[in-house]
Amino acid sequence: MSSNIVTPQAATQPAAGAEPAARVIPARPGRRPVSRDRLTAILMILPSILAVALFVYGFIAWNGWASLTNWRGLGTMNQVGPIRFPAADFSSFDNYARLFQTDRFLTDLKNNGIFTVVFLLGCVGLGMGLAILLDQKVKAEGFFRNVYLLPMALSFVVTGTIWRWVFLQLGWVTNPQLALPALILAAIWQESGFTMAMFLAALRGIPDDLREAARVDGASEVAIYRRVVLPLINPVILSALIILGHLSLKIFDLVYVMTSGSPALGYVTDMPSLYLFELAFGDNLFARAAAVAMIMLVFVAIIIIPYLWTNLRSEVAR
Amino acid sequence: MSAPTLARPAPAVDGERVSGLRILLYALLVFFAILFLVPLYVGLTTSFKGTAEVANSNIWAPPTAPTLENYQLAWDVLHTSFLNSIYLSIPAVLISAILGSLNGYVLSKWQFRGSNLIFALILFGMFIPYQAILIPLVQFLQTVNIYGSIPGLILVHVIYGIPITTLIFRNYYIDVPTELIESGTIDGAGFFGIYRYIVFPISVPAFVVVLIWQFTAVWNEFLFAVSITSDPTVQPITVALAGLGSSTAGTNFGMQMAGSLLTALPTLLVYIFLSRYFIRGLLAGSVKG
Repeated sequence: MSSNIVTPQAATQPAAGAEPAARVIPARPGRRPVSRDRLTAILMILPSILAVALFVYGFIAWNGWASLTNWRGLGTMNQVGPIRFPAADFSSFDNYARLFQTDRFLTDLKNNGIFTVVFLLGCVGLGMGLAILLDQKVKAEGFFRNVYLLPMALSFVVTGTIWRWVFLQLGWVTNPQLALPALILAAIWQESGFTMAMFLAALRGIPDDLREAARVDGASEVAIYRRVVLPLINPVILSALIILGHLSLKIFDLVYVMTSGSPALGYVTDMPSLYLFELAFGDNLFARAAAVAMIMLVFVAIIIIPYLWTNLRSEVAR
Repeated sequence: MSAPTLARPAPAVDGERVSGLRILLYALLVFFAILFLVPLYVGLTTSFKGTAEVANSNIWAPPTAPTLENYQLAWDVLHTSFLNSIYLSIPAVLISAILGSLNGYVLSKWQFRGSNLIFALILFGMFIPYQAILIPLVQFLQTVNIYGSIPGLILVHVIYGIPITTLIFRNYYIDVPTELIESGTIDGAGFFGIYRYIVFPISVPAFVVVLIWQFTAVWNEFLFAVSITSDPTVQPITVALAGLGSSTAGTNFGMQMAGSLLTALPTLLVYIFLSRYFIRGLLAGSVKG
């Protein structure tokens, strides 16, 4: 990278005249003057940058502001261009305080916590098992792989409708003890193909020599997986946990369709996302809903920002 | 390094041992395959049962007198929204792909000061819970008068699709040798010339991945659809299907299963015929190449 790519000979040779010295142009990549093409490039990506700036960051700020008011969807709005935002009374952190005194919201947090933990364990466990099975030079591997991944191609609305029917028949959806397990099973069924694919890709990335070396040393197949393979794919397990974890924190469709949060059973499968939806579009308590959204965002940001940070940094370094 | 694939290494010289372990391995694989197909089996068999049989028979039993009546009923209710989903997904997916390709081209081959930071900020938009922008989004769409319309929903899918499409194209283009771009510059081609004659022609695989991935995502999406379209005549199919469960048809499970399978059909077909590309999109979502 540093020395031998450039042709240093010319520069180090004794100068035969005055000329060569002038030819030594300092190589400073990325420091060229802004050309017209470069300007075109920036102009082409500008609309996307502005769209994301407004629709992601601007709206998050808008939502954060709304969560600090007592806005109920009506009343005066301030308008700046096409953006209207609530001019309702500032109420500090009242909405947040109220939420943490609301039984339903506390139940939602508990449900979401249980859901996340069991769902992650299930997906990683099952995904790893399937990946290891498929990694044994299996005939018809493509067929099995495609079957395990099939649910990923389907909408949660589709799978939720079918699972609701299955679990209604089995009596799980109407049982306060079994409604949440039913939901978790359906979610694991849908998403474990994803972890399987990630782990299988990671297993395929491990050079065969490594395993061969361990085999020559007399290690058993099980020991090879435990001592050699698993440590190598640990980072991938972490990635899978983060991606699925952030999905489970915002889970909505599946619950909406399968149980609607089980209001008749004391909200045993309710989630923050459903409560938010009802607060906003059912009760017009927009400010309170905005506060739920900010809490969800904080949870997701806590796991996603470090992930993006490390991922992109190692990318730049390579 | 290289893009993640599930490509198998060259098969080993096999066949020398058909041990008990091998049999156990295949038994497990088949067992899980059946487990993964069970809900589809139940959905499919139920969808062909008459109302009386749905109510009385065991859910695992195959239909005794298969009928298409459920599909007829479901199609009557869902056909408008099925078309809506087509009108929605085709423009949304095409625009997303073009934007993603341009963005990926700029962020990989025309990097400028701060472009890596901008890439990171764009990517974050992929992970946010959309609930955090839902209320202002609804307000905005109402103000500009496209709330409750398919164009409104197209706009939403295009904008929130920017992160993933940009990511897939950028990671694809980053592996295109810079010499190729430079040869274009030497030939006097500018930003668009290089894109048109060098980058675009080699982009087909990335386009296929993005088109498939975005189509599946838009077709299957529910939160935006249910929040933005309340009028049944503009609702996408996922919203209409969810409505089947809570409407007067709420107890007609045969019809709901038929509706589910009709809803699933387009993405299922895409998956069956192009699963390779689908999986690439799936793995691209985990950010790193």
